[in-house]
Amino acid sequence: MSILTERIRTANASGRKAVIPYLPGGFPDSDRFWDELAALDAGGADIIEIGVPFSDPVADGPVVEQASLDCLERGVCLAWILSELAKRKGSFKAGLVLMGYYNPFLQYGLEKLGRDCAAAGVSGLIIPDLPLEETGPAAKALEGTGTNLICLVGLNTPKERLEQYAKVAKGFVYFVSVLGTTGVRESLPEEVLAKLAEVRPYFTVPIALGFGIARPEQVAPFGDLIDAVVIGSALIRHIDAHKSAASFMEGWRAGGK
Amino acid sequence: MQKGYFGKFGGMFVPELLMPPLLEIEEAMNTIVPSESFQAEFNSILMDYVGRPSALYRCPNLSERLGFNLWLKREDLNHTGAHKINNALGQGLLCKHMGKSVLLAETGAGMHGVATATAAAMLGLECVVYMGATDVVRQSHNVRRMGLLGATVVPIESGTKTLKDAINAALRRWIADQRTTHYCFGTAAGPHPFPTLVREFQSVISREAKAQFMKKIGRLPDYVVACVGGGSNAIGAFHEFVPHSEVKLVGVEAAGTGEPGCHHSAPLNLGTPGVLHGAMSMLLQTTEGQIEPSHSIAPGLDYPGVGPEHAGLQDSGRAHYGTINDAQAYNAFMTLCRSEGILPAMESSHAVAWVLENAASIPKDSHVMVCLSGRGDKDMDIIEEYEKKFRK
Repeated sequence: MSILTERIRTANASGRKAVIPYLPGGFPDSDRFWDELAALDAGGADIIEIGVPFSDPVADGPVVEQASLDCLERGVCLAWILSELAKRKGSFKAGLVLMGYYNPFLQYGLEKLGRDCAAAGVSGLIIPDLPLEETGPAAKALEGTGTNLICLVGLNTPKERLEQYAKVAKGFVYFVSVLGTTGVRESLPEEVLAKLAEVRPYFTVPIALGFGIARPEQVAPFGDLIDAVVIGSALIRHIDAHKSAASFMEGWRAGGK
Repeated sequence: MQKGYFGKFGGMFVPELLMPPLLEIEEAMNTIVPSESFQAEFNSILMDYVGRPSALYRCPNLSERLGFNLWLKREDLNHTGAHKINNALGQGLLCKHMGKSVLLAETGAGMHGVATATAAAMLGLECVVYMGATDVVRQSHNVRRMGLLGATVVPIESGTKTLKDAINAALRRWIADQRTTHYCFGTAAGPHPFPTLVREFQSVISREAKAQFMKKIGRLPDYVVACVGGGSNAIGAFHEFVPHSEVKLVGVEAAGTGEPGCHHSAPLNLGTPGVLHGAMSMLLQTTEGQIEPSHSIAPGLDYPGVGPEHAGLQDSGRAHYGTINDAQAYNAFMTLCRSEGILPAMESSHAVAWVLENAASIPKDSHVMVCLSGRGDKDMDIIEEYEKKFRK
């Protein structure tokens, strides 16, 4: 079983949703990033998503975009993230996933990426601009490395595409809760529940809900329709307000039971 | 599974949430666009509203001086003053046929924004135009035109505040509003099916030119030359000539100031393959895959990427892509003004300049067609600024 699936199932077995915080690589600065990452891990994160910055992040809202551009200014890049992670391999309880746009991965070299992810203890890649049609080269490069390419589906994904994604999904499936970009929303659209009920039977791997989620109480209504929740912009805003990842995780420790 | 590729370039590198609307457009492109009723309506609009066919004009004075025949395909004579209207009306009409009510567009210099606002007004659609905040300031005249035509212009403050950021923002807006909105992409770039759809609507340029040449000289031209930013006027000017290997196809990229280390807009000549705005193509980027800023005196060429079909045509050797710097483009602009009484857009001046700069290697009595993609009235401020700086 994939490490990512295993982490989520373990959380579920203790009666809670798995918690997947998202932290841009090198945020809020290149040193503190590693402290906050360790704090998220110690604070009970089941999986941690590390953002790889890109100059043109089309699936992201203003909070993640700004954080990403700031990190680029500071010289953060994929090679730095991977080599620093490799030095710390084995020190995280949480599963590690990189979230980034295709071009930086492509320029890094997909074969090398597969090798270096394994060496860095990265168990998954979320590439939001890589739909099913274009996954071929990346999927091939990751074959046998233990790093999963995470599928994303959403409110408008039709049955035929769900069937195709179901055939290749590994680790977990990322369900995008809104027709929109990342960023905190006061409420999630009502159609999410109905769509999740439709999506659920297609997949044997766990489903993580992401985009728009800020507070544990937003998760409760989803009951057994989801297994995990991703929180991104809310964490960035929390740290931007000079608060720590540790205090953020305290709020989520119950994990939206 | 490999949809919309030109050799190894193209594809659909977009969030999954954009796949359903893109596949919907692909379906409409394959079923609605070829239908007799769509074609009849579109052709009648092109004729009576845009003023097509556009003239194919032989420049008498420059032809004499150069020793070969210089022909201009006069897209500058179209309604709204550029080739952009061909695509905007085609997609506007398609939007209506697909049952959507809003046309969303990005614009750099404002020409595609004006064309889309025009199409929306004429077809009874709502229009929203995304434009980089920097461009809103430097192209204020076009911003006012869009306002008069009833469009809402949204200034984009993120990133470099230019065309590439306007495209990012428009794609984000489209994710959210896809049920009511058609994204009227302005150039033959972006994810499939846009490169093919835009080419479909722009290839009227080469379809007409081919017939006009047969009528005027009884054969096809030796060269077809067009400027390339995203590359929509060039792909439209090339398309019908691609199967005729005796016709040399020349795309002209903007070299910026031409000084070493300065920004330019020549990804086919100086870029590397990569993925931006939904397609694999040639890009200005760092070795780490971050997109680099571009520059050209011609705002419509100022883009770090290029349509994937051009990358494919370059790779296969079917088309050649040269570069022209700001000074050469300015010189060509002045030459066409003074010699022929035609005031070209700075973008199109790059294509004219390529012919002037390479005249020595073009055989006598050749027939050379330049796609004069737009008129230069919009560029008065740019010319004035350039002259203040360099021509005291």
